[in-house]
Order: sequence, then C-alpha cells, then structure tokens
Amino acid sequence: MVKPEPSPALTSDVAPRSEIVVALAQLAPRLGDLAANVTRHLELIGTAAAGGADLVVFPELSLTGYFLKDLVTETALRLDSPEVQLLAEASRGVDAVVGCILESDDHRFHNAALYLSGGAVVHVHRKVYLPTYGLFDEARDLAAGDRFRAFEAPLRSAEPRRPWRAGVLICEDLWHPSSAYLLARDGVDLIICPSASPGRGVGHGSEIGTAQSYDVITRTYAQLFTAYVVYCNRVGYEDGINFWGGSRVVDPEGRLVGEPAGRDEGMALHRLDLAALRRARIANPMLRDERHDIVDAECHRLHRRERA
Amino acid sequence: MPETADGLSRGDAADALTVDCPLVTEILTGFVREEVRKVGFERGVVGLSGGIDSALTLAVVCRALGPENAIPVIMPYRASSPASERDARLVAAQLGTTPLVMDISPQIDAYFDRNPDADRNRRGNKMARERMSILYDLSLARAALVVGTSNKTELLLGYGTIHGDMAHALNPLGDLYKTQIFALARHLELPAAVIEKAPSADLWEGQSDEDELGFEYAAVDQLLHQMIDERRTRAELHALGFDDAFVKQIHRRVRDSQYKRRPPLIAKLSNRTIDRDFRYPRDWGR
Repeated sequence: MVKPEPSPALTSDVAPRSEIVVALAQLAPRLGDLAANVTRHLELIGTAAAGGADLVVFPELSLTGYFLKDLVTETALRLDSPEVQLLAEASRGVDAVVGCILESDDHRFHNAALYLSGGAVVHVHRKVYLPTYGLFDEARDLAAGDRFRAFEAPLRSAEPRRPWRAGVLICEDLWHPSSAYLLARDGVDLIICPSASPGRGVGHGSEIGTAQSYDVITRTYAQLFTAYVVYCNRVGYEDGINFWGGSRVVDPEGRLVGEPAGRDEGMALHRLDLAALRRARIANPMLRDERHDIVDAECHRLHRRERA
Repeated sequence: MPETADGLSRGDAADALTVDCPLVTEILTGFVREEVRKVGFERGVVGLSGGIDSALTLAVVCRALGPENAIPVIMPYRASSPASERDARLVAAQLGTTPLVMDISPQIDAYFDRNPDADRNRRGNKMARERMSILYDLSLARAALVVGTSNKTELLLGYGTIHGDMAHALNPLGDLYKTQIFALARHLELPAAVIEKAPSADLWEGQSDEDELGFEYAAVDQLLHQMIDERRTRAELHALGFDDAFVKQIHRRVRDSQYKRRPPLIAKLSNRTIDRDFRYPRDWGR
C-alpha cells in the first residue's frame, strides 16, 4: 500500500546539506484497535527510515482513530506505556510524530501528538481547541491542552545536524490564527499539523469544502509566518464519515512542495530546505518587523477590559 | 426577485443544491467499499424497484464492489406496474448484474386474505417489510450486506416505511436530496427511462410520490436545504419566497417523523444505558 516515491530527496547534491526529508504517513487507522495501529506505525516508521526520511508525521489520533466516544479511556496511553516505548525505540532511525489519547496522572484524557526521537518522547502537544459543534464532540470526552510551544526538533538522522524549531498544531488548533502566531513568535521554522478532518461540503469545485479551507489556511500561515507547514490528514471512513486526506507540505512562500496526497492511504516524501526559509524571510521579513510590543500592550488592555 | 438580507435569492436556493458529481461518486464508492469490507463482507444486496434511487444505489455498489458482488433483487407484487420490473431489469442488465426476481404476491396475499379490510397504507407498509425480510434473508444466505436506497428528502419527510425500506445496513444516498439524486443518475448515465419517469413507490396502481406528498421534489428540496442545511429562519424562508403554510407543513412533517430516524427509546435505569451513556462507534475495532 505504501510506496515511498523514489524522491530526489534521497540523492542530495547540496553541500552543506540544508534540507530535511519529511514523510507524510497518510493512513486510515483501525478505530479503537491500538495493537493493530501500533504495528502499522512501526512498519511505516521503518519504511520512512528506509526511504531516507528525517521525520515521519502521522495524522491526528493515528494510533486510535478519531470518533472514539467511550473508546477514549480504553485506548488511552501514558508516556510510560509499553506502546509509547516501542514507538520511541523505532524513532532511533527517524523522528516521528504520532497521535494518541494521552492520559495524565490525574486521569484527564488529551488528544495529543508525541514527537519521538532517538528513543525518547522529546515533545508533547495536547490539542488546545477541542471542536464541540456540528459533527464534533471532543470536549465531551477530552480535556483541553493549555499551551503552544515551539521546540528544537532533534532530527537526529539529518546530516549535518542543523537546528529546526518545530511546533505542533492539531487540526482545530489550526483554525485559530493565534496558535500559529504564538508558534511564530516562539521562533518556529516548521509547523507540524496532524489532522483528522472529516470531508463535508460537496457543492463547489472539485474539492471537498473542508479541503478548500485547509488549503487556504495552510498556505496563508506558511506565507504569513514564513514557516514550513506540514499537514498530515488521515483517510478512510468511520461510521460513514469520510476523511479526505490531501496531506501536503507548504513552503514559507505559501507554495505547495510537490503534490498534495489524494484520498488513499500512502506515504509521500518531501524535501524541506532551510535555504528556502532564509530566502523567504529575506523577501518577506514580517517576522523581523512584527510589533510584539503592540500585541502585548493591546492584549493587556483587552485583558483588563474583559475582566472589568 | 425576493431575497434575504444577505442577498440570497430563490434562484440561488436552487443552485445551492448543485453537487460535484464525480466527487460525490468517489466518496460514495469509497463509503460502500470500506464499510462493507470492514465488517468482513464482499457483497451487497439491493432491492431494485425500477426507480431512480435503487438504480443509483446499485450503480454505486457495482462501482464499489464490482458487478459480480452486487446482488439486485426485484420483488414485484401482482399489482405492481409492469414498467417497474422492466426498468429494474434494464438497470440490472446495464450495470452487468444478474437480478434475482421474487414475486411477493403469495406472501402478501396470504396475510391480507386473513385481513381483507386493510387499507392501502397497511398493504404498502406490509409490502415494504416483506421486501426487507427477503433482503435480510438473502443477506445471510449470500453473505451480503443490505444496502438501502433512502434519500435525504424522504428521510426528512418520513416518507418511507419504518422497518421496511428504511431498514438496511448502509445508506449511501441518505445525505442527497432527490434533486441531487437526479443529477448523479444523469452523471452515471443510468437509463433515461428510469431518470425521466415520475417517482413512485409503486405500492398501488398509479401512485406518484409528488401527487401523494402534495408538492414537487424540486420545491421541497430547496426548502429543506435552506431550512435544514442552511438553518434559515422562518423570516428568511419567507423572504426567499417560500409560502409560510408550506414551510409550516414541511417543518411539522420533519418534526413528526423524527421517531423514524432514531433507534427505539430505552427506558433509562442504570448509569450506562445503551446509546445514551454507553457510546461506542458502530465501526468499533474496525
């Protein structure tokens, strides 16, 4: 099913190497079948490593499936769960972002993405914005995260090692521009977006309505925050609801890197280049010019007004 | 031309029902393929009436599973229109399938011989439920999932027989209004005879959906789409040119048929009642 394309990423002619290769593992998890999904992840992590990827990104809740309802508590992992240890071990060959339900010590359940590298969990993002409207019911079952943080992505297999600052936004987090702003202010080069976006809206154009929205959002954020946006959506059906895939990488000028994926399972490799990031930030120096002092002052003023 | 505050006109309300047919076909095909195979089946069984909904359903099943795995079943009653069976056979043949034909007259007549005073609604419901029981028998006999043919218009209006044609495992067309069904049927080049004839449940001679309902599909689809999908208020619907009495009538139909669209009510006693606080997806573990 998964065919890593013989990507130009595998043969580097740039020295010193300033690229990384990111694999998007667009899969359809088995709903509530943690064991089967862990096995599948291990296979795909192996495929990504063999294909020369430095990072493999899986969709939101890739280890469990999305519409879990009462399965939330039954599929939850902890950072010390054997499944997490297994996946972390696999990250010795390639960094990986996997999606799971993460249970806290005080038994709250989060929709989380784990950044795994070199045998360890190096970063955890807990989804902040839990959609609870329309077909979504996340806040019924889940606790919300409370932070957006960028971090140094180890990218251990990249040679020579270069610092890439990464941040994770899970699906609905992306619909709040403040999330991406905070990551940008935190110095992000690479916004990683695992997603489980259900397809709906079939009236206009040849794309699902939600796909059109994500196309606009990912391109806009990439361009405005001059960062790479790596969007990995899932595919398949759960209780009749389709997930539209369309995983893609957008460069810091808002252009697609390669082609977006279709609606089938598969893994695609894309090359991301620090030199392109540098060029974009020279051409469009919004980050340099951003007036954080004004944002802070106005936020303080609004905060006081809202409390009054 | 009447329009709402945001400038929507009645013409736009008709356009709003436009669907991207290739995209919808792809999603529905994937839906049938995945939801059938996920539960360990390879085949689908479809009751084929000679009408447009079942023809389109069969076309989707054929695309999803292959014609060799699609089992159309034609179940005429002796009073059914011969044109229905002819059209059903035409559809089955065009799609490369071999239909089963089962005359339901003996089992219907056996029952109503003992209940001769039954009106045509009772007879119609009974026929729909006999057909359902045949499809579910074949489901077991042929290891095939029952694929239903209900569309969004009839589901919202409650224009179907509960535990009859409304009973099935999968409903690929359930989120498409009748107007959209016509567009998709044309896109998939179903026989003109099936697309062009007046829709009918064919439960009694000369029955026509639009006569029986008292309005045209084109009108009610526009109203339902604006009322349900676009969440327009009564005032906005009025501004769009929909007759107030029509709006009221349709709203009442939707409300009063809600029971048909829900599983049976369970009297709550424990802390974990099925479908209330015992909440698992149907695709649990799949």
